[in-house]
Amino acid sequence: MATPTLDKADGAGKPEAGFADSPYITATFRIRRFNSEVSAEAAWEDFQLEIDPKERVLDALHKIKWDQDGTLTFRRSCAHGICGSDAMRINGKNRLACKTLIKDLNPEKPITVEPIKGLTVLKDLVVDMEPFFQAFRDVMPFLITKDTNEPTRERLQSAEDRERFDDTTKCILCAACTSSCPVFWNDGQYFGPAAIVNAHRFIFDSRDEAGEQRLEILNDKDGVWRCRTTFNCTDACPRGIEVTKAIQEVKRALITRRF
Amino acid sequence: MKIHKYDTVIVGAGGAGMRAAIEATKRSRTAVLTKLYPTRSHTGAAQGGMAAALANVEEDNWEWHTFDTVKGGDYLVDQDAAEILAKEAIDSVLDLEKMGLPFNRTPDGTIDQRRFGGHSRNHGEAPVRRSCYAADRTGHMILQTLYQNCVKEGVEFFNEFYVLDQLITEVDGVKHSAGVVAYELATGEIHVFQSKAVIYASGGTGKFFKVTSNAHTLTGDGQAAVYRRGLPLEDMEFFQFHPTGIWRMGILLTEGARGEGGILRNKDGERFMEKYAPVMKDLASRDVVSRSIYTEIREGRGCGPEGDHVYLDLTHLPPEQLDAKLPDITEFARTYLGIEPYTDPIPIQPTAHYAMGGIPTNVEGEVLRDNTTVVPGLYAAGEVACVSVHGANRLGTNSLLDINVFGKRAGIAAAEYSARTASHVELPEDPASLVVEQIERLRSGTGNERVADIRRELQETMDANVMVFRTEQTIKTAVEKIAELRERYKNVSIQDKGKRFNTDLLEAVELGNLLDLAEVMAVSALARKESRGGHYREDYPNRDDVNFMRHTMAYREVGDDGAESIRLDYKPVVQTRYQPMERKY
Repeated sequence: MATPTLDKADGAGKPEAGFADSPYITATFRIRRFNSEVSAEAAWEDFQLEIDPKERVLDALHKIKWDQDGTLTFRRSCAHGICGSDAMRINGKNRLACKTLIKDLNPEKPITVEPIKGLTVLKDLVVDMEPFFQAFRDVMPFLITKDTNEPTRERLQSAEDRERFDDTTKCILCAACTSSCPVFWNDGQYFGPAAIVNAHRFIFDSRDEAGEQRLEILNDKDGVWRCRTTFNCTDACPRGIEVTKAIQEVKRALITRRF
Repeated sequence: MKIHKYDTVIVGAGGAGMRAAIEATKRSRTAVLTKLYPTRSHTGAAQGGMAAALANVEEDNWEWHTFDTVKGGDYLVDQDAAEILAKEAIDSVLDLEKMGLPFNRTPDGTIDQRRFGGHSRNHGEAPVRRSCYAADRTGHMILQTLYQNCVKEGVEFFNEFYVLDQLITEVDGVKHSAGVVAYELATGEIHVFQSKAVIYASGGTGKFFKVTSNAHTLTGDGQAAVYRRGLPLEDMEFFQFHPTGIWRMGILLTEGARGEGGILRNKDGERFMEKYAPVMKDLASRDVVSRSIYTEIREGRGCGPEGDHVYLDLTHLPPEQLDAKLPDITEFARTYLGIEPYTDPIPIQPTAHYAMGGIPTNVEGEVLRDNTTVVPGLYAAGEVACVSVHGANRLGTNSLLDINVFGKRAGIAAAEYSARTASHVELPEDPASLVVEQIERLRSGTGNERVADIRRELQETMDANVMVFRTEQTIKTAVEKIAELRERYKNVSIQDKGKRFNTDLLEAVELGNLLDLAEVMAVSALARKESRGGHYREDYPNRDDVNFMRHTMAYREVGDDGAESIRLDYKPVVQTRYQPMERKY
């Protein structure tokens, strides 16, 4: 990308006590920086640090923030792939920083880290998530039933019926899939894979009775028909959800009206 | 500065906050202030299940569950609260199912249940299947389901709003909650939220430990906000160390792994829990298992070149069972350790997991300002609170239960309070002054201390001195170190001086909270000269019901000269049907 590169920072981040036996390596992290309070333009900045390659990219970002440059800004919370805060583009691919080990990235070369695409960058690796969550809310992502009398005990559901939508219950709303989708990059109106995954989770839940309504929402010009089955979303999903397959199942349900 | 006016304000959007929000939004004009996006909270990291005596797969009842909870908490549990927890557990699980939660199912189509630590049939006879679960991602499913229902109910969220101060106004000599002050991360702007009721549901404080299952964001913000306003914190010395964290990293591997048949082994391959807990074995309560692991390690039977961990062995379980019941934790082992759990045991060590103590409340979620008096308009629920249903040691699957039972109760109670209270109490004069001063001091600080250094030293001293084993000497070492760090914190400076998304500033604020709470924990632990549940004193290895069958209440006091100190008081334990007995598993 044709953006200027800032001066390199000095190396820092000494190995911690107790890990002296670990095979530390020196790695370069090339991070795309943006701070509107400083400059209207984004720029790449290189940071070098000594790090155990078995550590996560998130550990590297923390070492940079804590020991070199406190202004480096990113979201994170759980640090083990459950909360969905730290989706970012690492070496050109969408991943969670806390689930990506440095050794799996060829640390011989600079490791690039940039914000996920298709959402407005607010600062460094932080993007505006609001359009993403709006698309999620638009598919009515909650169980809808027409019971006139609520059952006193749980609704029954066979293990097979429960299994039918298991894959799409795993979504953590990290936006790795949606922001890897070329259609979404070009048209922010497209619902995007994550919203469709969450619609799928309810359409194929035997307890739900609003499948038709959700299908109509996704029959829209910005709905499932925009999907070009590039499989970027499936590759990007840190939870291993077969996202493209789920989208295809929704398309099929729209044609057959069976789900 | 902006001023907002709501009936009810909820601080935090994890399980307890969103459960409360679903109730409060139906009954009053409610705002949820959360420093993370709602689905980012650490409720999502809970794995194994939610306890409820549904008796779907074998005989069970809420009275047995109550007993297990009281015994698990080493009799420091308030028994009236435990009874509510166990009784309302059943409807709580059914509520979630009706909201859409995809529980695993039995062949009959009912909610499936599995074994979990400390949950037993008929007062300790044998393990019982009481945990309702969705694979090993029950917390994730609860969090998603609650968020989905918040969307359905139109709950109003203020995302990435960080509450820094609790506002208190005296009316006729009685302290009332007047609202909160929040910092908006995106803009750096300060907001005052005036409300009739405030509910804290901001989670735990585990980041003062180094090896912890807790998220980076669990920094005790709610506890610190009320503590600094002179309200007490209860039982802060009781912290749970979960037996099975991934070695060195602390990432949680669910007790459900042992519920499914997993076994802990030392370097000789011995199933050592048979020695320590002949009946419940690997499913003894967490404090017992964590101490047993460290005993093995100290006596030279730990694994690895440094003998500093033990193994969680799942290799005898069929791969299909691991895939179906424990998909996430087996993936953690593959991702972070490069280990295949089908064939190799997983290196584990105890990890700092859960604060049993917190903001004292009664069973309606109302916050106490002393042993008996509530603060009108102030509520708390979930890990931030201490009801106390967990006493000295929480049972696994009782926290997902706690957030649902007491989140709902607090949500209803707060909204009903808002509805019956005619008008807001007045805001104090210049309500944001404390926060403005705090932010400006940190942003303009030029001292030579760094947040990361102080936090690292704090975590190291906490791990070394107030973890699974404690003595007078180690706790005193921690108290002194924390005092030194608190002094150094006054000279902290940050690099990011900006307004937008200043996470550098946020981490500095969070460190201040951790330091305050670490001090309360250590001082409370020093005074408790007995061993009970998660608080184990090697110099006082026995439980002492004569002197310490009571809750600790810690208050911050400021002298005329401005010097801060901690005053400890004690509160009686509520006992109803169970007399304290020796605790064996």
